[in-house]
Amino acid sequence: MNQTAPSAEVVAAATARGYWSTVLARLSRDKLTVTCALILLGVLLMAICAPLLAPYDPFKGSILKRLLPIGSPGYFLGTDELGRDMLSRLIFGARLSLVMGIAPVLNALVIGATLGVIAGFLGGRINTLIMRTIDVFYAFPSVLLAVAISGALGAGIFNAMVALTIVFIPPIARVTESVTTQVRGLDFVEAARASGANNFTLIRVHVLGNVLGPVFIYATSLISVSMILASGLSFLGLGTKPPEPEWGLMLNTLRTAIYLNPGVAALPGAMIFMVSICFNLMSDGLRAAMDVTQ
Amino acid sequence: MFFYFIKRLFLVIPIAISVTVVCFSLVYLAPGDPLSAILPSDASQELIDRLKQEYGLDKPIPVQYAIWLGKAVQGDLGTSIATGRPVTSELGRAISNTLILALFGSLIGFSLGVIFGTVAGYRQGTWLDKCVTAVAVAGVSVPHYWLGMVLVILFSVTWNVLPAMGAGPGGDWVWDLEHLQHVVLPAITISVIPTAIVTRTVRALVADILGREFVTALRAKGLTDFGVFWHVVKNAAPTSLAVMGVQLGYLMGGSILVETVFSWPGSGFLLNTAIFQRDIPLLQGTILVLALFFVTLNLVVDLVQTGIDPRIRRA
Amino acid sequence: MSTTPRALLEVRELRKHFGLKSGIFSKGAGTVHAVDDVSFSVQAGETLGIVGESGCGKSTTARLLMRLIEPDAGRVLLDGRGIGEPGAQGLSVRDARRQMQMVFQDSFASLNPRLTIEDSIAFAPIVHGLSSRQAKSRARDLLAKVGLAPERFAARYPHELSGGQRQRINIARALALEPKIVILDEAVSALDKSVEAQVLNLLLDLKTELGLTYLFISHDLNVVRYMSDRVMVMYLGKVAEIGPVDAIYGRTAHPYTSALLSAMPSMDPARRTQQPPLIGDPPSPIDPPPGCRFRTRCPYAEDVCGERDPVLAAEGGGHYVACQMKKAGSGHSAAPAPIASPPPL
Repeated sequence: MNQTAPSAEVVAAATARGYWSTVLARLSRDKLTVTCALILLGVLLMAICAPLLAPYDPFKGSILKRLLPIGSPGYFLGTDELGRDMLSRLIFGARLSLVMGIAPVLNALVIGATLGVIAGFLGGRINTLIMRTIDVFYAFPSVLLAVAISGALGAGIFNAMVALTIVFIPPIARVTESVTTQVRGLDFVEAARASGANNFTLIRVHVLGNVLGPVFIYATSLISVSMILASGLSFLGLGTKPPEPEWGLMLNTLRTAIYLNPGVAALPGAMIFMVSICFNLMSDGLRAAMDVTQ
Repeated sequence: MFFYFIKRLFLVIPIAISVTVVCFSLVYLAPGDPLSAILPSDASQELIDRLKQEYGLDKPIPVQYAIWLGKAVQGDLGTSIATGRPVTSELGRAISNTLILALFGSLIGFSLGVIFGTVAGYRQGTWLDKCVTAVAVAGVSVPHYWLGMVLVILFSVTWNVLPAMGAGPGGDWVWDLEHLQHVVLPAITISVIPTAIVTRTVRALVADILGREFVTALRAKGLTDFGVFWHVVKNAAPTSLAVMGVQLGYLMGGSILVETVFSWPGSGFLLNTAIFQRDIPLLQGTILVLALFFVTLNLVVDLVQTGIDPRIRRA
Repeated sequence: MSTTPRALLEVRELRKHFGLKSGIFSKGAGTVHAVDDVSFSVQAGETLGIVGESGCGKSTTARLLMRLIEPDAGRVLLDGRGIGEPGAQGLSVRDARRQMQMVFQDSFASLNPRLTIEDSIAFAPIVHGLSSRQAKSRARDLLAKVGLAPERFAARYPHELSGGQRQRINIARALALEPKIVILDEAVSALDKSVEAQVLNLLLDLKTELGLTYLFISHDLNVVRYMSDRVMVMYLGKVAEIGPVDAIYGRTAHPYTSALLSAMPSMDPARRTQQPPLIGDPPSPIDPPPGCRFRTRCPYAEDVCGERDPVLAAEGGGHYVACQMKKAGSGHSAAPAPIASPPPL
């Protein structure tokens, strides 16, 4: 797909509107990416407008209505082990699940990209210091690192997000460092340096614009992993605490119900799966669209 | 070549030392006193002091680290606060159970990945290729702990053909049918990510090799399809095996979620117990052993790969 | 005011060695003698051509002059003031860069793909304190000067332009600080021949119009001859020969220069194949042995060439050559006889 020469239309669009418009134009023709983006937008809107959309209070249950199956009258997606409406809990669950999945990647993007740009641009001993420190974290498989840190810090949303941030800083820093090292060696950075600009200006004007794109794409591909890990931590009991609605935690508390009401028990995981796969596909689409070779 | 091996070995030492530092520091990440978990809230100061002395917590931190490391090197990872048994004996059983699970998972992941990847690489652009790509994307996007639950719902609850919990009678691995039945579902669950990653790798490798000029030349010389296939295998095998080797490491360290779903008595399950009982020596020991296993495995994979194919000499 | 014209740019014994590292056990697996004690000067308003095969240190010299890499030794004087030296006799690197600019070979890589043409040209003036509006107006003036209509090109991105257009942009960018000296590092080498001619003529026009001084680096001897007043031939980090363009092309003194010239495609059949062409690539510049560096490929090499480093000796008329064959009494069989010195007592 990337190898084909850009159509006249694309070139014309580029002439008129520049790089980002070209990317948008390409994206809009990629049906799969557009579908994923729309689904994610839908989930985001659902999370924001949860109080308006949810038919019931997600915290209030009824002993009499425990574990109603999917399609019960009044309870479209059934009820959970405490008789709370599943639909409402899934809608509200989007809030914490999205925040816990996305926020660590954003935090790690800020910290990791800063470290990576510094290491890549300055090189030398500073590079060695930063990158060797980061190598240490590569000695731990990501799940183990996340569990170890949040386990040591203790259960809780904030601690889980701290743990996930620490998990994602090393890969982002590594990618940023390698892209920055490449960009730093390009002639236009030399030319800008030759015009007397200081490091800060060089980074701001010439390095960031060329580094952040690829790093951002890489970070979007991590959101999928982050969603799974964040919900995984909640599933282990290390993230959110009951009775908060969060998909991973819901999966955990419904685990005992798989014999009684398997359909309902599997629902929260299906949500995680859907969001995660959409982020993955959207990241692939973005990568293809932003790859303007020429 | 020899010097590269030596160099690689030396580069691992600082990493291994850093790993021990990180594992040791985990104690100080934890809020409050490491002893707070086992002490009653109304413990007298005298009792606290005596326990601190007993666990060596009254000494300066670097000294504590040195003592801990010195013992760890001799195979003594301390005593589990919760059970009172040595951490190493708790770990031994758990690690071997996890290893069994990870090996089965790798076997499934590698076999499926190689089959899917080869088929897709040979049939690029067809619906078959697209299906395989979709499976690969789904494989890395699926929350595998959820997939485990779904498998339990299908195979244990609905059809009742496979057990849902544990490693079988006795809790230890034995080569018999009953234990094999127990390992089926967790192994399939844990194999999803390696299947997806091996598929992607093999597909890219096969497509790349088939597209290269030497294959065209071989075909032109009248080589049979099987002959071409043999060349593909020879060229794709080192990288595929290396990818799988690294994945085995991830399975060992990342099995905690799957082990929790299936109550598999492995290291992840132990880790879970250690966290919730705030059993710091057990937590430290488990993470240390798993991380060192991961580092060693990566080293071995790197060295073996370099041995097979000296062109790949990573810095 | 001194009566002898002071050189605008004077380079004294400039040196850059790159240490090769291989791993943690063997620090310093060798040293690349990229630029080794190179000295030359450039008068205001002239064009000095620098020629040599790839790896001879041409580009490293350019980058050393711009202080894009730090020299190991030597001085560079701009208008008599030492670049990067402290005090009133020194000149800060930043100020030096204001007076000396550079055009790179790869027209695409030397433009930031994320910036419009106008922003790329305006960058340097903004760095040196112009307001954004002033800088953009200067950028548009420069676009017109290099023959690109500002209203059509200012808002475009590099990937939308042809190689020749991009190189014009790079020239405009180099001129944006109103420098005295422009270093053209293989600036036309990547262009098609027809486009190359246009850009060369543009460079000549700009030189007259703006009173510029050029350092014209190229491996193409025809182009260098067309552009330069004087020519410097480099071989493995050393100056082999330097002199007025007529002397270098007409009264060639160094075997290396002769070999280069004989390998040069010529329109004149009579000039072809007078000399055996150079065989193979230049030897590695890593830890070169003592003596003349060209001797491994030189048809006239004798023992003396391996024993002593040749030094630049005057041939008259500002023509200097580093070759034992031209040095009186060097011991080379082709060298002129030593000037008779009075016998001791």
